[in-house]
Amino acid sequence: MPRENIAPPTKERIAYLDGLVGQARTAAAVFTQYTQADVDRIVKQMVLAGLPQAQRLARLAVEETRLGVMEDKAIKNMVAMEFVYNYVRDKRTVGPIRECEENGLVEVAEPIGVIFSLTPITNPTSTILFKCVMAIKTRNAMVFSPHPSAWRCCAEAMRIMYQAAVKHGAPEGVFTCVEAPTLEDNAYLMKHPDVRLVDATGGRGASRAAYSSGKPALGVGSGNTPVYLEKTADLDMAVVDIITSKTFDNGTICASEQTVVIDDEIYDRALKKFADLGVHICNEAETELLGHTVIDPVKKQMQPMAVGQKATDIARMIGLKVKPHTKLLIAPIKGVGPAYPLSVEKLFPVLAVCRTNSVDEALKLCIDVNHAGGLGHTAVIFSRDDEIIRQFSEAMNAGRIIVNSPGAIGALGGVYNDLVPTFSFGCGTGGGNSTMDNVNVYHYLNIKRVARRTPAHMWFRIPDQIYFDMKAVEHLRDFPSRSTLIITNAALEQMGHVNIVRRSIPPQTLVRVLAIPDAEPEVKVVMQGVETLNSYAVDQIVALGGGSVIDAAKIMKLKYEFPEADLEELAAPFLDIRKRVVRFPTQKTNHARLIAISTTSGTGSEVTPFAVLTDKARGRKVTLADYSLSPDVAIVDPQFVMSMPKGLTADTGIDCLTHALEAGVSTHASVYTDANAMQAIRLVFKYLPIAYENPRDEEARGMMHNAACIAALAFSNASVGVNHALAHAYGARFGVAHGRANALMLPHVVAYNASMPTKFRPSPNQRAYVAPKKYAMIADLLGLGGHTVDEKVANLVTAIEQLFDQLAVPRSIADLGISKEEFERAVPELAEIAFDDPSCRSNPRLPLIGELVDLFWKAYHGRCPAQVAGAPAEPEVEVCV
Amino acid sequence: MTTNELIEEGVAKLDGSAREVVLDFSAVDRIDPGAIGAMEKLAAEADQKAIKVALRGVHVDVYKVLKLVKLVPRFSFQ
Repeated sequence: MPRENIAPPTKERIAYLDGLVGQARTAAAVFTQYTQADVDRIVKQMVLAGLPQAQRLARLAVEETRLGVMEDKAIKNMVAMEFVYNYVRDKRTVGPIRECEENGLVEVAEPIGVIFSLTPITNPTSTILFKCVMAIKTRNAMVFSPHPSAWRCCAEAMRIMYQAAVKHGAPEGVFTCVEAPTLEDNAYLMKHPDVRLVDATGGRGASRAAYSSGKPALGVGSGNTPVYLEKTADLDMAVVDIITSKTFDNGTICASEQTVVIDDEIYDRALKKFADLGVHICNEAETELLGHTVIDPVKKQMQPMAVGQKATDIARMIGLKVKPHTKLLIAPIKGVGPAYPLSVEKLFPVLAVCRTNSVDEALKLCIDVNHAGGLGHTAVIFSRDDEIIRQFSEAMNAGRIIVNSPGAIGALGGVYNDLVPTFSFGCGTGGGNSTMDNVNVYHYLNIKRVARRTPAHMWFRIPDQIYFDMKAVEHLRDFPSRSTLIITNAALEQMGHVNIVRRSIPPQTLVRVLAIPDAEPEVKVVMQGVETLNSYAVDQIVALGGGSVIDAAKIMKLKYEFPEADLEELAAPFLDIRKRVVRFPTQKTNHARLIAISTTSGTGSEVTPFAVLTDKARGRKVTLADYSLSPDVAIVDPQFVMSMPKGLTADTGIDCLTHALEAGVSTHASVYTDANAMQAIRLVFKYLPIAYENPRDEEARGMMHNAACIAALAFSNASVGVNHALAHAYGARFGVAHGRANALMLPHVVAYNASMPTKFRPSPNQRAYVAPKKYAMIADLLGLGGHTVDEKVANLVTAIEQLFDQLAVPRSIADLGISKEEFERAVPELAEIAFDDPSCRSNPRLPLIGELVDLFWKAYHGRCPAQVAGAPAEPEVEVCV
Repeated sequence: MTTNELIEEGVAKLDGSAREVVLDFSAVDRIDPGAIGAMEKLAAEADQKAIKVALRGVHVDVYKVLKLVKLVPRFSFQ
């Protein structure tokens, strides 16, 4: 009868079943109070009580079920007690069961509650003994429903376990057993509201019913074990193992061998050995007769009457003459599938064998057996060839691949191998099961994971060597080179800067110069540079210029050392540099030292791991970020900036200020980056106006040059924020120089970050939203006054605007000559581009697209109202100044 | 006093004139199936007599057991 049509039990029966579950529910609840020591003590006493009963229970099982072999069932009962106990005795199953200090995770066991457990006819008492141990060890209560033809012996096995358990402190009602269970009972109990898990060990039907109950289920089912007897096998051992396994309890263990595929070279010898050890080898007619009688011709399944019967009894059933002590019937078949009835599962001592001419054919036949009802269960191979064992294990879909051992007893675990001991074989999805494991204690627990906050490890990575102050370029003579390429631009060549550099390079070095356009590098320019590097077999690159030149040199070096590097792929967005999808290459084709000499005081590119590439085709800038891009040596020599024009001095100085301010409030800020960021801010406010007004002031120029470098050290490790993201987006679209693009956004972004975020950014290293407090600290550092955080932030914004006024910086995007209509058309896309910019990832506030649009419009109109509303109260923040 | 005695005392108090009975559970660190059965009876009798039963100082482990057997809604907790 289809299970969905099963009628409900009678009212009286329902009351009885509810009573069983009710007892179990109370017991399960009470059990939650028990300690590990409590359950371990009870389990040991149960096992000690069960061991002496192994033989009696085996006899009861054989008498009731008329299946199997008493002696073998006694061994199974022993295994269910002794081997299982040996495995679980030291396992932690109560409270914290595993602690991992490295990742701050603690696993804590939570019992399931009431488990409704179906047990099979083939292994009745051993399965009950096993599950009783599992239940107590995991503090669960079990309601058993044994196979109707095995419930008495199962009830007795359960009674022995229950009495021992309760005597030693287990809660009353922890095990109950349905008397004379029916399909109606099972259907009712599987859906009982107080049953938390259905645990079905048995045939495919029980397993399917469990999974269709709507409850979490541990259904394990039938198999069809293929065996490959390969020509290199130890034949004597293999034959004995197969007989031992296939005849064990008359073949009732579902992991037992079903079809043996034998290499042609050893086929005849193997069959003779089987015959010598009391196996009857069927002839063709006998095989056909067997196939038609022990296998249901319609269902293509084994006939129940044969299950667990002796070989001699099966022979007698079909009128086959065999010797009196025949252990096993072997039926040679020529293939696998519906045309070969004996190729299905046979839980009785009938074994199909199949001759094969090659490993390839053998594996295919084993796959056929595996797929004929055995998916996910067990497969066996006898071989001394590791490669063939590997091929077999890849070809089989089986939870247990048993090598050079008996399938049935091998799969049980703990006897022939170190598999987990079990009486429930999970068959994975191939078998329609939720697990492929040998079911044991951890399948009867809810494992809770206590996850402590684990802030990401921080770092402070900078180039190996930084030389600074006037004439620092002379340190170039410390770097021997065979072939050096100076990458610069034409203007710097004309200004004589290149000659200054040349003079400092050791005289034996072959020096060439590559002048590139004074603009953010394009892919075409980079690839031309790489060609030059290759043609001169360069071992040292000296990048002399502003951010554009140094960025170009970084990317040229990358492509020179790693020709296969895909710039588009390397520019893929990421949230966390350590977890990025695309890794920068590490196996260098060429080697070149990169020495960066900055001729502006802003980008700090001489020490950063970033490089910006202009993607003209798509009208945007692409930011590459990786510490492998960092120059090997940085030279911060102010002689190269003494002649910077005023406008450039202002723009690059503001760029430097933006770097420091953004690094200061970044989610990746640390005490190390703060130290650099704060110092850089102090230097900018003090020296930028002087350098702007008096370009020949060496001290001011030197300090601004240092400020740019140390601000870059800060943002190389803390990154920047939304200001840069916005500046990159509209700067690329409207051709606005980077420093100026930053300047027009900066007051608005400070006010934005200082106000209450609409969305907080997930950031394990941030213990609070500290941006307003940090801006306030900067205001204090600059002596701007103010009593509250809000006042200090407002004063900082005002100070930034006053600085910009001193520097005659345009104060709005509109002032740049960009029409409102043109800007309006561009803004929606620019906001999306800015959101995708890697700089956004470390901004303290998680910006919404709409907020980015607002920021663009504020910058378009200019002048930031120095008001910060609703800044959250902040805890103390440790900032190095 | 055992848990069962404590509960019996509660049952006895239901016969008095009080509209609320308070049982001090602070010394109860584990509860067994028998006590749960007694508490179910106590709850039923209290319901019948419209008397509130409050449990004081219930340990977390015991509270979890009462939750699992669905007895929590039938008492108040102090």
